[in-house]
Amino acid sequence: MSDASNQSLYAPREPIYPKTVTGRFRTLKWRIMIATLSVYYVMPWIRWDRGPQLPDQAVLVDLAGRRFYWFWIEIWPHEFYFVAGLLIMAGLGLFLFTSALGRVWCGYACPQTVWTDLFLLVERRVEGDRNAQIKLAKAPWSLRKARLRGTKWAIWLLIALCTGGAWVFYFADAPTLARDLVTLNAAPVAYSTIGILTATTFIFGGFMREQVCIYMCPWPRIQAAMMDDDTLTVAYRDWRGEPRGKKRVESSGDCIDCMACVNVCPTGIDIRDGQQMACITCALCIDACDDIMEKIGKPRGLIDYLALSDEPLEREGMAPRPYWKHVLRPRTVIYTALWSLFGAALVFALFIRAEIDVTVAPIRNPQFVTLSDGSIRNAYDIRLRNKHGEDRPFRIRASGDLALRAELEGTPYETVTVAANETRLQRVYLVAPRGSDPADGDVTDIRFWIEDLASGERVHADSIFKGRALR
Amino acid sequence: MSKKKPDVETTGHEWDGIEELNNPLPRWWLYTFYLTIIWGIGYTIAFPAWPMISGATEGLLGYSTRAEVAADIAAVDARNADFIATLASADLSTLSRDDPAYHFGVAGGAAVFRANCSQCHGSGAQGALGYPNLLDDDWLWGGTLSEIEYTVRHGIRNETDWDAHYSEMPAFAEILSEEEQSAVVEYVLSLSGEDHDAALLETGATLYVDQCASCHGDAGRGDRFLGAPNLTDAIWLYGGSRDAVAYTVANARFGVMPAWGQRLEEDEIKAVTLYLHQLGGGE
Repeated sequence: MSDASNQSLYAPREPIYPKTVTGRFRTLKWRIMIATLSVYYVMPWIRWDRGPQLPDQAVLVDLAGRRFYWFWIEIWPHEFYFVAGLLIMAGLGLFLFTSALGRVWCGYACPQTVWTDLFLLVERRVEGDRNAQIKLAKAPWSLRKARLRGTKWAIWLLIALCTGGAWVFYFADAPTLARDLVTLNAAPVAYSTIGILTATTFIFGGFMREQVCIYMCPWPRIQAAMMDDDTLTVAYRDWRGEPRGKKRVESSGDCIDCMACVNVCPTGIDIRDGQQMACITCALCIDACDDIMEKIGKPRGLIDYLALSDEPLEREGMAPRPYWKHVLRPRTVIYTALWSLFGAALVFALFIRAEIDVTVAPIRNPQFVTLSDGSIRNAYDIRLRNKHGEDRPFRIRASGDLALRAELEGTPYETVTVAANETRLQRVYLVAPRGSDPADGDVTDIRFWIEDLASGERVHADSIFKGRALR
Repeated sequence: MSKKKPDVETTGHEWDGIEELNNPLPRWWLYTFYLTIIWGIGYTIAFPAWPMISGATEGLLGYSTRAEVAADIAAVDARNADFIATLASADLSTLSRDDPAYHFGVAGGAAVFRANCSQCHGSGAQGALGYPNLLDDDWLWGGTLSEIEYTVRHGIRNETDWDAHYSEMPAFAEILSEEEQSAVVEYVLSLSGEDHDAALLETGATLYVDQCASCHGDAGRGDRFLGAPNLTDAIWLYGGSRDAVAYTVANARFGVMPAWGQRLEEDEIKAVTLYLHQLGGGE
């Protein structure tokens, strides 16, 4: 056993001050950030007309009403397989992108990366770039430092509040909830959710940052299983760059050891050490190095998207294989095929699902009832779902044997009205006169026909009629 | 992340040259760990936690799952109070099916039925030999809401409620000879179209008019005022075989039902009435 007494139990975080960088990947990341954040903040405010009795919010997770609305699609609890399917597609999509492009999700689209980027932007605007930040961090507390820190934290907190605030709007009517939140009339769970998400955004984006990726997130741990030698990842061409050095000699490589790649790294690593767990492949070091290479008149791409399988080729001085040959391989083709299969199945399921939803449960206690005139009566509980935004009349009829007569409990008519967005349980009786085949027989197959009188849509549900011979 | 080769001690564990480093923990992780310990101690003080010889420590906050359930039940009762009040004072024949109290009554009535009535009438209300089937369209004492309510409230032939339905069929073994009884049985069987001995019909018909028609009616359709069963239909409370009918004629039957008005709350009687009326036989 080692002697741990001389060793601290913890390792303090080494602060990271990523330097501003410009370039094609940085531009791409700005665009992705604008797109993803816009979608996140704006989505709940988009309206979508569904009729007078349904919410007019385009995207709404109505937990209390057990409905999920997404533009023209409405998901009821019994259709939760759509959500499961989407999650499977998201998983397969992640596999596909990881096997083709490494941790591209981490580097470009992960909320942790996007919000950290936003927080870094605020930090630079308030405190200045890397060097100014280091200077400020080392400086003793002063009025200026307090002002800068205070401003930065206030803006962070505001962003965090908006982030937590936007989240709850997905679960209730946004304009109503916004008014309730301001007038302190909203439900406590709304405030606590906003509070928790504000705190996590503020802490994760402002202070934890790369530690979330390195210590907390499980994805870096399993990504290795998705990657192979053909996966494109951010890497350093050490055969071209080494030996590195500021002092240029005959044998020097292209790397002038300017540390630009290290200074811009949001996780504080040196990409020249090779692939490592802390690298989220944000590609900012590529931008930084390309900039330097141009300035010293060397070709770009000392740090670049590379596949490991190209390394031996490049060491021999040969050209690497084109990107598309790396991306297009059995593994990615299989992932794409699976992903498309699920997508096609979901779209198919979406189109074939009926607007009327009916289930029939024959009552089996007792199996049948003998009426005073000797006829045999069966009872059925029919559950009708009206997925529309207005009340709808449904006509219930039965077929299977001409002798059978259908009656609805509680009404002399063959039509019932189901309230908007509701389920109605209607008991239906089928009566077979004394001496008829269904009455004297064992089991007769029957079919209920339910017609939506407003749309003319008709669906059926099969069941059985039990006669006296069943006993 | 440290860039240098970490200069930390190993735990001394080594497998095929792979050593286990004794790396220090991130500070936030360690502090979170300590925090959970402090939280855990505080939690066990504030909430019931430590098992003692009888029961457990109660905790400073006095929290109890039992009290929470009691509060939940009280909240449900408070929510239902309006329905119960409406139901208890309702005139069932005018209570609309769209009224939430109606659905509350049907659902509640089903529970009342299962707890109090199913022992005799069956869990599906299908009845049993001697206990009427409540699903069909044949009623001894009437199948309207008010008639069902009366029967539930006062019962039948019991000794506890003076308003209970009452009627009594004589045991004809003491009145008629065996041949006469057989003739009546054949006539009764003929009323509902069962197989019968046509030779005895004439005697049977005469005896029926003298002995039975005063309650069961000239045509045998029964009399709900007296709870006399309809003998012409396909439903037999005590069985429709020749032996069963003969037994009934000879010994009579005396079905008893308790007066539920003495056992159930007003709203429960109304609820179970609503439930029974919508089972398929309600009039």
